[in-house]
Amino acid sequence: MTSSSSVNTSRRRFLGGSCLVVGFTLTPKGLAQAYDASNNASKSAAKTLNAFVIVAPDDTVTVLSKHIEFGQGPYTGLATLVAEEMDADWAQIRVDSAPADNELYANTMFGAQLTGGSTTMANSYTQMREAGATARTMLLAAAAIEWSVPASELTVEKGRIRHAKSGKESGFGAFAADAAKLTPPEKVTLKNSSDFVLIGENRPKVDTKVKTNGEAKFTLDLQLDNMLIATVLHPSHYGATVSSLDAKAALAIPGVVDVKAVPSGVAVYAENTYAALKGRQALNVKWNESAAETRSSEQIIDSYRAMIGKKGITATERGDISKAFSNDTSTTHEAEFVFPFLAHAPMEPLDAVLMRQRDGSIDCYAGSQFPTGDKQAISEVCQIDAGKVRIHTQLAGGSFGRRAQFNSPFMREASEVFKASGMSRPVKLFWTREDDIRGGFYRPIYVHQLKGAINADGTIDGWDQVVVGQSIRGKTDEVDETSVEGASDLPYVIENMRMVSHNTTNGVPPLWWRSVGHTHTAFTVEVFLDELLEKSGKDPIEGRLALLKNNPRESAVLRRVAQMASSAGKPAKGRVHGVAVHKSFSSYVAQIAEVSVQADGTPKVHKVWVAVDCGVAVNPNIIKAQMEGGVGYGLGAILYDEITLGEGGYIKQSNFHDYRSLRIGEMPEVIVEIIESNESPTGVGEPGVPPIGPAVANAWRRLTGKPVRRLPLVRSQLS
Amino acid sequence: MKTQPKARTHLGIKTFLFGVLVSCATPYAVAETPAKQDLQPVSAFADIKNEVTRSQSIFVEMGKVIQHPRCVNCHPKGDSPLQGMLMQPHQPPVMRGPGGTGMPGMQCKTCHLSENVDVVAQAADIKSIPGDPAWHLAPTSMAWEGKSLSDICAQIKDKKRNGGKTLQELKHHMSKDTLVGWGWEPGEGRIPAPGSQEAFGQLYVAWVASGAHCPK
Amino acid sequence: MIKFQLNGKQTEFNGDPSTPLLWVIRDEKKLTGTKYGCGIAQCGACTVHLNGSTLRSCVTPISEVSGKEVTTIEGLLSSKVSAEATAVQRAWVAIDVPQCGYCQSGQVMSAVALLKANSNPTDQDIDNAMAGNICRCATYQRIRQGIHDAAGTLTASASSNVKGETA
Repeated sequence: MTSSSSVNTSRRRFLGGSCLVVGFTLTPKGLAQAYDASNNASKSAAKTLNAFVIVAPDDTVTVLSKHIEFGQGPYTGLATLVAEEMDADWAQIRVDSAPADNELYANTMFGAQLTGGSTTMANSYTQMREAGATARTMLLAAAAIEWSVPASELTVEKGRIRHAKSGKESGFGAFAADAAKLTPPEKVTLKNSSDFVLIGENRPKVDTKVKTNGEAKFTLDLQLDNMLIATVLHPSHYGATVSSLDAKAALAIPGVVDVKAVPSGVAVYAENTYAALKGRQALNVKWNESAAETRSSEQIIDSYRAMIGKKGITATERGDISKAFSNDTSTTHEAEFVFPFLAHAPMEPLDAVLMRQRDGSIDCYAGSQFPTGDKQAISEVCQIDAGKVRIHTQLAGGSFGRRAQFNSPFMREASEVFKASGMSRPVKLFWTREDDIRGGFYRPIYVHQLKGAINADGTIDGWDQVVVGQSIRGKTDEVDETSVEGASDLPYVIENMRMVSHNTTNGVPPLWWRSVGHTHTAFTVEVFLDELLEKSGKDPIEGRLALLKNNPRESAVLRRVAQMASSAGKPAKGRVHGVAVHKSFSSYVAQIAEVSVQADGTPKVHKVWVAVDCGVAVNPNIIKAQMEGGVGYGLGAILYDEITLGEGGYIKQSNFHDYRSLRIGEMPEVIVEIIESNESPTGVGEPGVPPIGPAVANAWRRLTGKPVRRLPLVRSQLS
Repeated sequence: MKTQPKARTHLGIKTFLFGVLVSCATPYAVAETPAKQDLQPVSAFADIKNEVTRSQSIFVEMGKVIQHPRCVNCHPKGDSPLQGMLMQPHQPPVMRGPGGTGMPGMQCKTCHLSENVDVVAQAADIKSIPGDPAWHLAPTSMAWEGKSLSDICAQIKDKKRNGGKTLQELKHHMSKDTLVGWGWEPGEGRIPAPGSQEAFGQLYVAWVASGAHCPK
Repeated sequence: MIKFQLNGKQTEFNGDPSTPLLWVIRDEKKLTGTKYGCGIAQCGACTVHLNGSTLRSCVTPISEVSGKEVTTIEGLLSSKVSAEATAVQRAWVAIDVPQCGYCQSGQVMSAVALLKANSNPTDQDIDNAMAGNICRCATYQRIRQGIHDAAGTLTASASSNVKGETA
C-alpha cells in the first residue's frame, strides 16, 4: 500500500435508479488499489462535455454537483435536471461532487460557490438543464457526423440515440470522445414542462442505499495511510485563549504523538481516536478569559431589552404609525418575545482531513459548504498558493447552516492544526459533540417587541415591531436583512406599519441556522397576528386571508392547508389546531398543528398539515421529505432547545443530554401537499421550519390560554 | 426540561422497597456537587431505651439511603427511570419493559454494562455511565418515588409488595446485593448514597431485630 | 489481548482494554458504517448488536465484548441470514428514509433488533425501541413507516413460507 495512492480523489459515484454504489470517495485500505486500477481506466476514457456532465464509454453519465449533499437532495435533484434534458435513462446517471471553483461552479445567486439560502434548485434549474441540453446536442452532433445523417432526424429516449430511417441506434458512450471535441452550441432549446419525463416524478435519492447499509463515506470515515487523528481542547468560555499549557501527562499516553497550542485551543495528535481523546482529557490548560464573553444569557437579554425604545435603524415604515397608536377608539396589544441561542448540532460534528502531497499541494476532504472559502482559508493559513489546494467535498452528516461560514473559521482551525503538526502526515481533525454544542456560531439571541392597534371596527391598522439582536452579517449602522426578513416584508395589509432594528455585538459569534431570520421573525409575526385576530374576534384562517388579499400564493397555501385539516375531521377532544403561514427563500408554506396537553403538562404535537408552494416540484418525494424534516427540526428547537450562557459567560450545555433533540416519540404525523405550479422552482431545505413554531404556539395559547413569549416553549411555559 | 415538582421537593418522603438501590443515571445537566452524607452506625441508637422508638429511629436513618436519588431513580412510580440528583426523566427516554430491563431495541443493557464505564473527554457533567450485571428497574409494586418513609417502610414489610420475601430473606439483598451496592459505588461524577452498604446492612439488621417498626 | 467475534469472524484487539468498541471497530477494523455522534450513549449513531441485542459501542470498553459476538451494520447486511435486516433495508430504500444519512446505520441496527424481538410492532413499540436514536434531519416519520413496511414484508414472507411447507 503506498501512502498517497490509496487516497482516491473526490470521485464518488452513485448509480441512479437502482442506487447501487460503484465507487467510494476513499476506499478502505486493502480495497484501494483494486478500486484505483478499475476506476482510473474508466475515468481517463470518460469525456467531459461541460463543467457538469461527464460521459463515459460505458454510457454512464456523471453529473457534477456544485452543491454539497447533506440530505436535502441536490445530488438527485441536479442530476434529474441534467438527465431530463439529455433524455438519459435514470439508471445511467451517477453523481459526483464538483471541485472548488468560483469560475465554473458559483451559485448564480451569490457569485461564489456555496450552498445556502435554500437556493440550490433555484440557481441551478436553468443552468443544469442547459448543461444537459448542451451535452445532448453535442452527442447528437457527433452521432450525426458518424452516421452521416442530419442531426435533426435523430431522436433520444432513455439514453438511446436513434435514427429511424436507417435503423441506427447507440448509447451516449460511443460518441462521448467525438462530442467532447466539438464546440458547444451557443444556445440550446429547453424542453417544455409538458414534455418532462423525469422532472416531477417521485424518486428515491441516488445516495439512499449507501446511507442504509453503512457504505456511505463521510469525512469522519476517511482513513488515509499514516494519518494522525487530532482533537482540540476548547475553552468553556467562548473566546478564551490559552494562558498556560502543561502537556506532560497527555504526551505520556501511548498513542499520543504531539500536543500543540493553536489559536482556538490546544491540539492533541494521536495515532488513533481514543488516544487523542485520552490525551485531550489529560491536558492541563489554564485559560485567559479576558477576551471571552462574560455576560450570562439573562444579562444579554436584559441589555437588549434596554435598547428597545432607543433610536434604532428603520427597516420599513409605511402609513402613519404614531397616528395609528394615538387613536382613542383603538385598542392596542403589546408583546415581547425572547429567543435563545441555538446550536445547529448536525449529526456529524465538524471534521476535516488535510494532506500534503509530495509536490507541496494540499488535498482537503471535508463537508465543505463554502468550498472556495475553505480553499482560501487553507491557502492563507498553510501559506501555499490557492491553486495548489484541492477541496474534495464529502457527503456531510447534516449542516442546518453550521457548515456555511464566511471566512471559514472551522477550516482555519483545521488548517492551523494541520500546519502546527508539521504537515508531514495526513491529519484528520474531529470535533466531539461537546466541541459542536459549545462551539459558538449560534442562532443569536433576539428580543422582539411588538405593538398592534385594532381600530373601532375591528381592523388591525397598526403594527410596530422592534428587533434587537446580533447582526449575522456583521452590520452596525445599517439594517441586517437577516434580522428583519420575514417581518419587515409583512405580507399582511396593515395600513400603518413600522419595523425598527438594533444591531448588537456579542463575544459569541452568530451564524445562520436553518431558515435564518425567519426562525424568529415568523414566530413573532404569526403569533402576534394570531393574538390580534383573536382579540378582534376573527377566525385565524379567514382573518389571515382577508389581510393577504394582495398575496395570492400565501393565500393559496393557507386555503389548501385549511382544507387538508378540515377534511381530516374535527380534532379529538382535548386537541386544538394552530395555524401559521410564512414565505421564506421564495417558497410559501402554511402549516396547521394539532396539539394537546400531556399528563406532565407538556405539549404533544399530534399532527401537522403542510401545504407548500415551491414552484415546479422537481422531485415531490424530496420536497415532502424536507417539509417533514423541517417540521421535526424546528419543533425540537422551539419545544426544548437553548444554549445558555451561565454566570460569567460559560456555556452550560454540552451534548444531547442537555441540548435536547426531537426524538421519534415526539415526532408528529406530517401530511404534506404540494401546490401545482409552473413557476421556477424555489427552496425547500429551510422553508418548512419557520411556520412550525408559531403554529404550535398558537395552538398552545388557544388550548391553555397562555401566550408563548419565550422559547423554548416547554421551559418558559412550565417552569 | 419537563417539570416534576414532586420529585424535586419530596426527597424526604420517598419509599423503599425490596430492591434495587440504583440510579440508572446517565446524569442530567446539573453537576453533582453536594457533599456525601454520613450514615450513623447502629451504636448511635443504643441509648434509645424504647424499642419501638429505637426501631423507628433506625429506619429513619436508613431513609437517608432509601430516599437518596441513587436509589429512588430506579424505583420510579411510572414506567421510566429517573436520573441525576434532581431526579429528572431519564435521557434518552426508556421504558421499563418486561422484568424492568427495557424494551426490544432499547434495553438497559443497550447502554449500561456490567460495571461503571468512565467516559473520556466528553461532557463535563457526565464522567461515567453507570453499570452492573443486573441493571434494571424495580417493579412498579416497589415504587418509592413520591412516597413517605412511613409508606415505604410498610411496603418493605409487605410480602405482596416486596417480592414475597421475609424480613430475614431481605437481609442479603440489603447488605450484599451488588446492584444495591452500586448506590455506594455509583461511578465518577456521581454522589454515592450515604455511608456504606455494610453500615446500611447493619442498620437493617438492627431495625429487624428491634421489631421492624415503621416511623409515623 | 481481547478476542471477540466481529461480523461472524474471530478477531482480536491488542490495545488499551478500556478503548471503546466504537473506536476499535472504526479505527482498527476499518468498519466505518458505525458512527460517532455523541460519545455518551445519547444519540444511538454508534449502535451495534452484541449477541443480537442493541449496544451503544461508544460507551462499551472493548474488554466488555471479550468472547462475545459483535455485529455491525456491515455484518448485518452482508450476512444475508437476517430476514429482518434485508426487510428493513429494502423498506428504507423504497420509501427513501435517509436524508443526510449519518444516523441511519444506528437506526437500522435498532429497527432490526426490534423486529427480531417483535415481528409486528405497534407505533408505541417502535417509539420505545427507537427512542435512543436521534435523527437531526427528523426522518422519524419515514423510520416508523419503514419499520411497519418491513414488518409487513416479514409477515407476508412468513405466511408464504408456512403455505409452502404445508403444500
